[in-house]
Amino acid sequence: MSEKISLSHGGGGRQTHDLIQGVFTKRFGMKDPMTDSAILTVPSAMIAFTTDSYVIDPIFFPGGNIGKLAICGTVNDLAVSGADPKYIAAAFIIEEGFGTSDLEKIASSMADEAEAAGVKIVTGDTKVVEKGQCDGLFITTTGVGILREEYAHISSAIRVRSGDRLIINGSSGNHAVTILAARRNLTFDVPLISDCAALNHMIRKVLDNNDGVHFMRDLTRGGLAAVLNELAAMTGRGITVEEDSVPVDEPVRGLCEILGFDPLAMANEGKVIVVAAPGEADKILNIMRSCPEGKDSSIIGIVTEERPGRVVLNSSTGGTRFLDMPSGIQLPRIC
Amino acid sequence: MKYVDEFREKKLIMNLADQIKRSARGEYTFMEVCGGHTAAIHRFGIPSLLPPGIKLISGPGCPVCVTAVDYIDRLIALSFTRGVAVATFGDLMRVPGTVSSLSEAHAGGADVRVVLSAYEALEIAWSHHDLNVVFPAIGFETTAPGTAVTVLKAASEGTENFFVLNAHKVMPPAMEEIIRGGTHIDGFICPGHVSVITGSSAFEFIPRNYSLACVITGFEPTDILSAILMLIRQISDNNPRVEIQYNRAVTAAGNVKAQEFMNEVFEPCDAEWRGLGVINSGGLTLREKFVNFDAGASFNIEVPHHEPDPVCICGEILRGVSRPDQCVLFATACTPVHPVGACMVSDEGACNAFFKYHVHE
Repeated sequence: MSEKISLSHGGGGRQTHDLIQGVFTKRFGMKDPMTDSAILTVPSAMIAFTTDSYVIDPIFFPGGNIGKLAICGTVNDLAVSGADPKYIAAAFIIEEGFGTSDLEKIASSMADEAEAAGVKIVTGDTKVVEKGQCDGLFITTTGVGILREEYAHISSAIRVRSGDRLIINGSSGNHAVTILAARRNLTFDVPLISDCAALNHMIRKVLDNNDGVHFMRDLTRGGLAAVLNELAAMTGRGITVEEDSVPVDEPVRGLCEILGFDPLAMANEGKVIVVAAPGEADKILNIMRSCPEGKDSSIIGIVTEERPGRVVLNSSTGGTRFLDMPSGIQLPRIC
Repeated sequence: MKYVDEFREKKLIMNLADQIKRSARGEYTFMEVCGGHTAAIHRFGIPSLLPPGIKLISGPGCPVCVTAVDYIDRLIALSFTRGVAVATFGDLMRVPGTVSSLSEAHAGGADVRVVLSAYEALEIAWSHHDLNVVFPAIGFETTAPGTAVTVLKAASEGTENFFVLNAHKVMPPAMEEIIRGGTHIDGFICPGHVSVITGSSAFEFIPRNYSLACVITGFEPTDILSAILMLIRQISDNNPRVEIQYNRAVTAAGNVKAQEFMNEVFEPCDAEWRGLGVINSGGLTLREKFVNFDAGASFNIEVPHHEPDPVCICGEILRGVSRPDQCVLFATACTPVHPVGACMVSDEGACNAFFKYHVHE
């Protein structure tokens, strides 16, 4: 393989073959012969099916890279739907001139992350575009998971009732603040890494041991504020959050304070909100805390009948205010 | 977080709220004239901690909100001028002009970049000699010294491709205009950051000429509640004066060095404030000596004058005559995603803060 990716690597000929074989298929454990479609056996009547594109800038960041993110993001979208993530398709749009060794590093972390999460990357595509037509590398991953019928309600929130408790699996805003600090020429260091992580093992453990989960969603762009507002709108119920209970790391608080951001509206890549039946919340919290991805889990609020469709925050200072749906963009290309 | 948590301690806050309840006699209307205060008041849920007789109203303290529509139109026209880049504070990006915003101009191919300071805009000019970089100089005494220092630096370096489209404003004349306009106010929560520069002496005319209470305060909940308590006590004692609650940052004389930079580069001028009209000596203009840096003089950017949407009551809100939720557009046609008036765009705008945070009825 040459040192840089060139347009000929996207030409469909020998170099394309070299790229696919040399960088991707051997890492992803794909077997010859390469077919146009992966043929999969699915032992279930229901599947969960999701897709996501990753355009993050910078491509390498403290705590991960675009490849790790592309696997974790899609695994999490399946897992929070109650599904067991099984297969992933990965499509790469590569800018001419992109370093081959960087591409190899990214492919390796995708392979590692997929193996750890127990998913297989079974099909993919590569395109190379001219310099300036994309920024380094964009990845799209599409995932399939097996969904057992008893979990089909989770993504729709139809079982959410007032009194249900909200549980988060750790601190809010670390991914966004890490990316912000890595990108802007800020003149101070932020001792922080992205929370980018696959959550399917923790979620599986919760679902296998407790049937009190009424809803789950991962907290990506828009953070906790966006997801809680979506949940309030979906259910037509109110949500009350205790600001004191929401874990936020000091460096995140500090940077948000300086730049005027709300840590609760900042993006995450390894966080989930679990809505649990009141009697089961403590048990679910303990299961989550027993997992590495959930050791800092906390019950942060409750579903109510008051102020339907709105999220009310009891602030740590004693006042009460809305936690509104964020609007505009805090940071483009965060994932 | 050190230097922050101390000012957000719940016990202190509840204690102050309790003292306010016990000290308040009847009804009070206090106006804040600093966008940072507007945002903090709503973000910390301060109204929910006050007895019903105390009304907080927002004056023209948000720099974006008081910027005239024509100014935005001129910026957009500039951003589409060949060889020109507009390097702006992010706050201005989504402010609606007559037909679009800088954000929409950017999407349409205009060269618009977000910077964190005037100096960053100057650095862009230094690294792109083929580009004429225009910095939209908005804001009050808080941001004007930064613009002044940058213009002085550009002058000393002989920079020929850096310009400001100046709309700097000064706060005390606007406060006087509001008092004279007849808005009922019992006291001012005087601006924090502006006062760091001007010093408390800039507001002495208010108690002297109009017998109104004034307290300069910071941006933490304990600061704001302390200021409200101090205002109530001034009124109870019938002793209106300018008090500094924010004494960790503000002095009587202010930042003299910053004032000197401002005076060197700018001189007072009449200025149009959105919602308030033209205010005598309400703005700053570049002195003749720095006219080479004036984007208004250097580029031919005439735009037709447009009156703001007549249904939008941003003007009344900025004068403290109406509350955001008294506008028929509020939360219906006008939201942070689709702002009609500037008060809904900026995080410091009264409508935006009210929309996002306000639970208390």
